[in-house]
Amino acid sequence: MSNWVYSDIVKDHFINPRNVLYDESSFDYDAKGEIGNVKCGDQMIMYIKVRDNVIVDCKWRTYGCASAIASTSMLSEAVKGMGLKEAYNIKPQDIAKRLGGLPENKIHCSVLGDRALKEAIKDYIKKNGMDINMLIEEREEIICKCLNITDKDIKEAVLGGADTYEKLQEMTKIGTVCGQCKEITIDVMNKFLNK
Amino acid sequence: MVYLDNNATTPLLPEVAEEMKKCFNMYGNPSSLHSFGREIKEKIEYARFQVARFINCNKNNIVFTSGGSEGNNCIINSFFSKYKNNGKLLVSKIEHPSILNYAKYLLSIGYDIDFIDVDSKGKVLLDRLEDKLKTEKRVMISVMIANNETGIIQDIENISSIARKYGAFIHSDMVQGLGKMVIDLEKIDVDYATFSSHKINGPKGIGAIYIKDIKDFMPFIHGGHQEKGLRAGTENTLGIIGFGKACEIREKELFSYIQKMSKLREKLLDGIINNINDILINTDMENSVPNTLNISFKGVEGEAIMLYLDIEGIAVSTGSACSSGELEPSHVLLAMGLDPEIAHGSIRFSLGIQNTEEDLFYVVDRLKNVISKLRKISSVYSKGAGV
Repeated sequence: MSNWVYSDIVKDHFINPRNVLYDESSFDYDAKGEIGNVKCGDQMIMYIKVRDNVIVDCKWRTYGCASAIASTSMLSEAVKGMGLKEAYNIKPQDIAKRLGGLPENKIHCSVLGDRALKEAIKDYIKKNGMDINMLIEEREEIICKCLNITDKDIKEAVLGGADTYEKLQEMTKIGTVCGQCKEITIDVMNKFLNK
Repeated sequence: MVYLDNNATTPLLPEVAEEMKKCFNMYGNPSSLHSFGREIKEKIEYARFQVARFINCNKNNIVFTSGGSEGNNCIINSFFSKYKNNGKLLVSKIEHPSILNYAKYLLSIGYDIDFIDVDSKGKVLLDRLEDKLKTEKRVMISVMIANNETGIIQDIENISSIARKYGAFIHSDMVQGLGKMVIDLEKIDVDYATFSSHKINGPKGIGAIYIKDIKDFMPFIHGGHQEKGLRAGTENTLGIIGFGKACEIREKELFSYIQKMSKLREKLLDGIINNINDILINTDMENSVPNTLNISFKGVEGEAIMLYLDIEGIAVSTGSACSSGELEPSHVLLAMGLDPEIAHGSIRFSLGIQNTEEDLFYVVDRLKNVISKLRKISSVYSKGAGV
């Protein structure tokens, strides 16, 4: 049939969804993530198997539309062999791209899969007593615009013993010009202090 | 290929196309007094007669429009043009978007609009309606005779007598009723009614409104004196001719149509009930137009069902939010009090004159596989337990 409502890749993944978990008891998974709500028309469960911080298998079930089915199928293929951190930071746009694009009003249906995956990864981290911060990408972000001090600088100061805003200021001079970044600085610091 | 989306639109009847073809070269403007104009004007007036005869009213009370949406919009517009802030519009919660969204728009710019609840079958709650009629303002009620999603038929005669008791105007959107049930405007006392051609195998882009008192009507499109000055713009001549012919044909075949559709719908429902479990029938089989069947399949989402069926060459529609790009599922099913997940899993099968019993065997067979496949994927469906 020509001019289908979605791309050929979407159609293929919709008709032949990969890695569906038909029987939960048949899959020896390490962690599971659940997201969504049938009331809103979509719900998703994602199961992962992990070895040495790498996702070796991924299966799923969903109550969702064509976009949700196809994008989760694609996601489940894409994350196999991926490190936990890389998988955690996959964006719905990356999956949409692999699918040859999705209509704009369908992007929100495709986020379901990656949100469920994030939950599953978090579940794994929790079960294994690991540090959730290992999932956060170290992208430097300028926090103090006056002095160009980044979140990475704050992290280093925290590792160096800064456990109060005053100590942090002493070590980095952060927020000593206009002072507008105080609130966000404290948030970032607390994140690194695991508060 | 099986087309079961006849409430969305229907194929053009060959006899209707033939009638239109005959007039392809009659290019005169019906407003012209010369022979070119008179020739086509005569055709238009005959079509007006054909439409009027089908609904049993005088042809002078019929005004042609571009279709159902214009018809519904222009009637509400006429009411508020006249009564402005002294007018109040009451619409049911299950009206077509061309009523509901216009009403919501008017509400947003300050007009007095209220919405009437329906019961679990989709019938307007008459006591709620009556309560809202106790006002100083001049009221217009707008309730559709048959619903496009579930097929439920409203008791317009009864609503009309309530309206008369309070001196209210009454409009009925009869787009989904025309040609699927007897509509006799001698018996149903309404001030306005809306009709459309392409739901009864006529051409698209043409419809009509019935106006009881044309002196009272304020035009929506201003301009020339076409349609007695009630709807300006050079007439859609071929559309009008096609609409007239489609009315004439359906009038002759109305009872066999109703019989055929009822039988086909019964077959389809039996097939579904016997082959698929955990379903919910959203159509009131005792009180609905005979071509419409709305069913929810527990644990699966409607757009996915619809698109799997599409791949099998079967056309249906769904009340799922995903199909429309909105976040809310069918307003009709929600107004009936159904859970959102049931509304998300609803499919509308709407039959037409081209459908056969064999079509329905094929549909049931494919549907069975589609539902089973989706339920195996479903994160909320476990065998036998439902949602």
